[in-house]
Amino acid sequence: MKVAFKLFASLSEHLPGGHRGNRLELEVEEGTTVADMIRRFNVPERSAHLVLVNGLFVPPAERLQRRLQEGDELAIWPPIAGG
Amino acid sequence: MGWNRKILRVNLSAGTCSEEPLNMQWAAEYLGSRGLATKYLVSEIDPRVDPLSPDNKMIMATGPLTGTMASTGGRYTVVTKGPLTGAIACSNSGGFFGAEMKFAGWDMVIFEGRSPTPVWLHIENDRAELRDAAGLWGSSCWETEERIKTELQDPLVRISSIGKAGENQVLYACIVNDLHRAAGRSGVGAVMGSKNLKAVAIRGTKGVSGIKDFGAFLKATTEAKKVLADNAVTGQGLPKYGTQVLMNVINEMGALPTRNHRDVQFEDAGKISAEAMHERRESDGKPHLVTNAACFGCTIACGRISEIDKGHFTVRNSPQYWGASGGLEYEAAWALGAANGVGDLEALQYANLLCNEQGMDPISFGATVGAAMELYELGILDDGAIGMPAPFGSAEALAKLVEMTAVGEGFGKELGLGSKRLCEKYGRPELSMSVKGQEFPAYDSRAIQGMGLAYATSNRGACHLRGYTVASEVLGIPVKTDPHVTEGKPELVKAFQDATAIFDSAGICVFTSFAWTLADVQPQLAAACEGDWSMDKLNEVGERIWNMERMFNNAAGFTATDDTLPPRLTQEAAKTGPAKGMVNRLGEMLPQYYQVRGWTPEGAPTAETLTRLGL
Repeated sequence: MKVAFKLFASLSEHLPGGHRGNRLELEVEEGTTVADMIRRFNVPERSAHLVLVNGLFVPPAERLQRRLQEGDELAIWPPIAGG
Repeated sequence: MGWNRKILRVNLSAGTCSEEPLNMQWAAEYLGSRGLATKYLVSEIDPRVDPLSPDNKMIMATGPLTGTMASTGGRYTVVTKGPLTGAIACSNSGGFFGAEMKFAGWDMVIFEGRSPTPVWLHIENDRAELRDAAGLWGSSCWETEERIKTELQDPLVRISSIGKAGENQVLYACIVNDLHRAAGRSGVGAVMGSKNLKAVAIRGTKGVSGIKDFGAFLKATTEAKKVLADNAVTGQGLPKYGTQVLMNVINEMGALPTRNHRDVQFEDAGKISAEAMHERRESDGKPHLVTNAACFGCTIACGRISEIDKGHFTVRNSPQYWGASGGLEYEAAWALGAANGVGDLEALQYANLLCNEQGMDPISFGATVGAAMELYELGILDDGAIGMPAPFGSAEALAKLVEMTAVGEGFGKELGLGSKRLCEKYGRPELSMSVKGQEFPAYDSRAIQGMGLAYATSNRGACHLRGYTVASEVLGIPVKTDPHVTEGKPELVKAFQDATAIFDSAGICVFTSFAWTLADVQPQLAAACEGDWSMDKLNEVGERIWNMERMFNNAAGFTATDDTLPPRLTQEAAKTGPAKGMVNRLGEMLPQYYQVRGWTPEGAPTAETLTRLGL
């Protein structure tokens, strides 16, 4: 199935070399979880601070179980803030 | 003691400067800066005064931590009755001006009356005098700084000034210090302009003395700085990416107000984000961002210094804008960009530069352009009325309109009155995206419910800095709450509002609250200031300040019916994103909020609340 994977701010360096922008479309196996994706791209767990699937927050405790669905947009930020 | 115990009163009508002792009883009850200056203002002016009349007063105030070694202790506040809203106006700024006021030996400066001719105030330690500003009138903030420094032959003098926007009484004119920091919101610069006061220049060489317990203060500030350094947000995120890093977050959440809040997601958000500021441009191979920057005593350094593309249409023939300068921050990038549908980063930086140069709040300016563009799209305004085609997304219109508004030309004069007056004039008041006449900042309350309540009840009109529940609802600071629910939000909003009043009144930056709680601020205040500065006392003072501001607004004529949101946010559902189909449910939160506050259903503090807070 196809999902979109987005890494922002300093995490974008974990996207494949030479990739421009923050968004990657990927083919992944059914049953792939949020935690699988974080591991697959070597994002340090403590840096995967703000994790959104389709704009909705996924708490740390749910990331191991949360399976992605076709067309999901998974977006991750390190600890950041603004004003 | 934290305070200098000395205030300067400047009567602009009479041309006099006089020294007064600080009311220490009030300092014990209202702390400093925002709280203490507001206490002076509400005690000295009629709440129904015309904000632009000589009867209004304007106060520039420091807090007990301003100028000290407390991290971010450089802030000062401008308090007055605001011309944009008719409510209390209270805008604070970083940079170096506030600390300099403290070093010169003053806690605050109260301006009253109106000078018959333009003047500027020169303060050198204990000496203060008004000087003729006839030659400065008509200058930008940047020119004013340079010319005063040249005249005084002192590159270290710190200056706050108004540009043409303040002189022309653009209702959201700001007061700019240190080139690109500003007391930005609510039109405090228009009040300064109405008083014929062009600038305040301060040189202080006395440092800060009288810290109550210096050993304890050194320990408390050192520990608190370590908290900021060790926190991933204040130690890494903010210095590296600045506030603008929120652009993609808020867009992803469907909370990025776009095209005058018609939409909640902007297709070009990525092009105007913090990430885009780091990318190398195709035109010259340079990134937009040059470096980050810090205000006085700040160990976070979130500020952005950028260089515009010299080949961009806005500056191709204007080399004066080619150098590195302040911006973009999240709010400015949003208001000048997404709010108008403009995705051209260079055009946003140009508009931001002009806002800094001539002293205008980019939030209210950008949002007012957004309203004008919607009126244009609806056919209510045409090319003739505006002076050009102005559809959503037009960078050309944005660039031209910022020039016209800054100097008060043509349609720019109408834009300078803000979106409320503009939309009323053209028969569509509901299209002004504002509360109490002040335009919203960059969070759509259909997707972040608590912010709707924070906006509706903010004492200075729509504002994110009075109660930033985004910290909790989006970022999980101090705890994560669900942005789509209303339950618990009245309590959350009150807690943020009261705590923020303490950060503002202490003289420190509210951005420390991404890492600090009041428990981190308390030991610093307790070591610096004589008297009781326990946690209980701080909570009480924060609540007292909030209620004092509210009472001023109520006496100025505001009622519970003004604690509202435009119908677009409460009736037109979000079209896309995770909050698709949702409106802001203010009605579910407001009655509970009044109850939590100890107010009547009509939004007035009860006699019991007033007694409890000593008001």
